[in-house]
Amino acid sequence: MIIGSRPTKFQVRIDNNLCMLCGRCADNCSYGVFRVDDNIIHINSRFCVACHRCISQCPRDAITIIERPCDYRSHPVWTAQVKENIFKQAESGKILLGGMGNAAEYPILFDHLVLDACQVTNPSIDPLREPMELRTYIGKKPKQIEYRQTPEGDIDLVTELAPNLKVETPIMIGHMSYGAISLNAHISMAKAVTEIGTFIGTGEGGLHEALYPYQNNMIVQVASGRFGVDVDYLERGAAIEIKIGQGAKPGIGGHLPGEKVCADVSCTRMIPEGSDAISPAPHHDIYSIEDLKQLVMSLKEATEWKKPVFVKIAAVHNVAAIAAGIARSGADAVVVDGFRGGTGATPSVFRDHVGIPIEAAVAAVDTKLRKQGIRNEVSIIASGGIRQSADIAKTICLGADTVYIGTAALVAMGCRVCGNCYRGLCPWGIATQRQDLVARLNPDEASNNVKNLIDAWTLELAELMGAAGINSIESLRGNRDRLRGYMLDQAMMDVLDVKAIGA
Amino acid sequence: MTRIVIDAKNMHYTPLNKLIRQATHEGATEIILENIMGQRFIGDGLTGDVKITINGVPGGDLGMFMKGPTIEVFGNVDHAPANTMDDGDIIIHGASGDATAHSMRGGKIFVRDDIGYRGGIHMKHYMNKSPSLIVGGSARAFLGEYMAGGLVILFRLHDEKPYAEMGLGSGIHGGEIFIRGKVEDWTLGVGSSAHEATPEEIIRIKPLILEFSNYYHIDASYLLESQYTRIGPVNSRPFAGKYTWE
Repeated sequence: MIIGSRPTKFQVRIDNNLCMLCGRCADNCSYGVFRVDDNIIHINSRFCVACHRCISQCPRDAITIIERPCDYRSHPVWTAQVKENIFKQAESGKILLGGMGNAAEYPILFDHLVLDACQVTNPSIDPLREPMELRTYIGKKPKQIEYRQTPEGDIDLVTELAPNLKVETPIMIGHMSYGAISLNAHISMAKAVTEIGTFIGTGEGGLHEALYPYQNNMIVQVASGRFGVDVDYLERGAAIEIKIGQGAKPGIGGHLPGEKVCADVSCTRMIPEGSDAISPAPHHDIYSIEDLKQLVMSLKEATEWKKPVFVKIAAVHNVAAIAAGIARSGADAVVVDGFRGGTGATPSVFRDHVGIPIEAAVAAVDTKLRKQGIRNEVSIIASGGIRQSADIAKTICLGADTVYIGTAALVAMGCRVCGNCYRGLCPWGIATQRQDLVARLNPDEASNNVKNLIDAWTLELAELMGAAGINSIESLRGNRDRLRGYMLDQAMMDVLDVKAIGA
Repeated sequence: MTRIVIDAKNMHYTPLNKLIRQATHEGATEIILENIMGQRFIGDGLTGDVKITINGVPGGDLGMFMKGPTIEVFGNVDHAPANTMDDGDIIIHGASGDATAHSMRGGKIFVRDDIGYRGGIHMKHYMNKSPSLIVGGSARAFLGEYMAGGLVILFRLHDEKPYAEMGLGSGIHGGEIFIRGKVEDWTLGVGSSAHEATPEEIIRIKPLILEFSNYYHIDASYLLESQYTRIGPVNSRPFAGKYTWE
């Protein structure tokens, strides 16, 4: 009791003039904030995480949630969060964990980059009346092609092409494992990408059989724990992704706690029920770039060279050189995950302090690969903090082929980014394995929301491209000339390879 | 019973694996590979119950992702044989490199001589599937790290001194390791504990001892009468208690 009680993070209020005592707030709150007793709703604000499930279900708009109703003495250095972290660690002596992505207040580079549009000298294009090419292909492109002409005058391609993924829009959904999120969440997103003609990652949790109908639009992941990985799993995926690192926790492994390993999760991961699922920090068969090449080749051999193999890394200081190594490993795409990438749980010291933002990482990787003349060897998939279609357009201008979204797709299914994913109580049925909560997420409705979001962003991308006089995503890729830096220093603009506004 | 001989002299692994797949597809039950010299990925992702005999020295990742076949090697093997192997048997008449049986989830691998570093790392069992790594010689450091299931047996046939390599079973949270003779206390990694194997435990591993003796023509009674140290996890949650929530 040395430190004692801290102020509640949120205060929940019910306006009794509006409340009709229907009790839906109590039924919906999985954190136990509300208790209905004798026609009175009792509130325990301390349990509130601001997930807004109660607000979303209240028919009378009677509920208000206020953040930090009682503040500490304000101080620019010793903020409430800093002090509360110290309290927790002083009491426990343990590593602090948190959910969702980077919560530190770094400037967002996307918001310091502006896009271009045509005026007078070159005409803009109206996507309504002109074809707009958003389709792209992920995988190796040949440096040159050889062909021969048949006596009939046809052209036969002699060069053997590496398998590519045909993506109808440069928006894919990244890897979130079954276990971290629910089966209904996975089904909803898998259904959406299948309808659109894009792809979603399985995460390191194996492939549940309920997802088999969508397997042609799923990228199966091979991570250091090798959970759920067998030859059947590899053959089901449209592509295979080796996960080396992740933006929310570069350099460390993952631990799915035993209590989240229920019967179904145990079955897809192929580990005993209730056992911790531990993904070691490195792959213990990869200690070098040569070893990585061996894993890439082993996956290609196992699937008879029919599937592209991606390698995902966290964006760290030397990301460009690392990506150049990956491009030479035989991989077909490199996935670069920036330090704002989401997660169910990560040590907050890693989440907030390790890695670099995706904007700089993508620009550095693209520049390095072009300088070395190997940009055609790999596609670049960028992820980590993509919030809106403008971010996607800017990422592609900085050199990416496509993006992975993650958190945005969860928000499309109701997620309020409350950051309590690790507790397994997600009242939206997303980051939980509790059947009554999972059942709240209707895959038909939720998949429609995810599809709507990707469709809407695709429309916006087409409009942005048309305004810039560009009718193909291929012409937007790496097109730094259509970006300008706004209030960025010269060193940063050199990395991004963009000019300043007005220049 | 169809027997096929493939001469792999100067052959790259991809055409070699293609020939192996084609042969199994056409119903071969026995494939003999001659002149193997460093070809990686032999039997990678191969399914079925074919028997492959290898004369020579295969490269890394022998039998990776393999599901069912039996591979017998007359020679040494490079690193990571049985990597993420699903089912089947590998019998090596020689030694093998680092990360032998890495992430193996089923089947058995027998190595007559020594294995390298990180043997049996992250092996795991599930339902009726449980992998076994049986080694006649010794193993270098980090044996059975992060083990989540399965069985490792080390006979150390030519060494009577206590086992003395670091990082034994660090992070182990399932499965068990048997080492013939004694184990120096300091070798035990975080989360592992050791005791002298009980007669009941030795009876449990008896079928594998007999199988090993049979493959390499070694007197089983000597192995059965030896004393063993059993290393297992302290608990199934090695990382619980390390964290607190924001």
